[in-house]
Amino acid sequence: MSRTILICSGKGGVGKTTLTANLGIALARQGASTAVLDADFGLRNLDLLLGLENRIIYTAQEVLAESCRLEQALVRHKQEPNLSLLPAGNPRMLEWLTPDDMQKIVGLLEERFDFVLIDCPAGIEDGFKNAAAASREAIVVTTPEVSAVRDADRVIGLLQTRAIEPIQLVLNRVRPRMMANQEMLAVGDVTDILALPLLGLVVEDEQVIVSTNRGEPLTLNGSRSPAGLAYTNVARRLRGEEVPIVDPSKEPQGLRARFSRLMQTKIF
Amino acid sequence: MTLRDFIDKLLGRQAASANTARQRLQLVLAHDRSDLNPELLEQMRREILEVVSRYVEIDLEEGDVSLETEDRVTALVANLPIKRARTTPLPASVASA
Repeated sequence: MSRTILICSGKGGVGKTTLTANLGIALARQGASTAVLDADFGLRNLDLLLGLENRIIYTAQEVLAESCRLEQALVRHKQEPNLSLLPAGNPRMLEWLTPDDMQKIVGLLEERFDFVLIDCPAGIEDGFKNAAAASREAIVVTTPEVSAVRDADRVIGLLQTRAIEPIQLVLNRVRPRMMANQEMLAVGDVTDILALPLLGLVVEDEQVIVSTNRGEPLTLNGSRSPAGLAYTNVARRLRGEEVPIVDPSKEPQGLRARFSRLMQTKIF
Repeated sequence: MTLRDFIDKLLGRQAASANTARQRLQLVLAHDRSDLNPELLEQMRREILEVVSRYVEIDLEEGDVSLETEDRVTALVANLPIKRARTTPLPASVASA
């Protein structure tokens, strides 16, 4: 049984595409055949993060128009052949795909893959509606910032009216020190406000930028960097493994951390 | 209040911002989720107070009608301290005057 998962956030720039690329590779490395579908064809970037930007010839649009076969449009990752990329369209395309088109394409992918990850465009307009129409489950990505959480809340409301289930949360770009100093929304604040189960927690990590520069997701080479490990754990949890989530702002980090925990003691 | 908040207050420093963020978010989300703009909420608040005050004398200074949100459920919460009950309800026109 194939699982089609929408990766969305509402707000742009919170790490949807980075999560899609890393999660796709991690799932593939764990043995699940995985397709990642870039539903944002106006501003597509998933190809770039996966290092596949020079290998795209066809898109889902040509498949729908029957001018090529699905196999021809799928771009298989050389180092991780369990992973294939399908761009929904190209930036020169003038017409949006319809929700029906998206459902057709995803239907074809579901015949072949264990996981279909849909990288959703930012916003809650047509691009989002198309991508959501074809999805069964969703992962909402947010950062511990007021604007990202607010937009995530809007998106969650829209997903719930579409009976997309389960909807799980990935909290991205967590800065443990700021959280410990109470200068950033706590993990519990975000999960309480959005009322979603937490699927993963990713700390802010410079290695993400380095890996993006190279077009090699952190999960590709089994990176031990904090974000790389976090993405791998998201994939494991998604496949049903029990992997505990550690709140990095509560981790013992020596005297400084103990002092900051002391400062958080409730006195009245 | 945490120890840190207390020390911040003593030293006249600004309190940690996470708390402010949470409070602002909870308020804005309550409005987003209910799709009520502040103007409509204010109108509703006035009308509720009007109806209630026909039956009981309420403390208008202390009275508060607001939206609260928990677990993605938004509730309209009215907290209206009653001074005394009226034996006979006032007609609608009198109370609104």
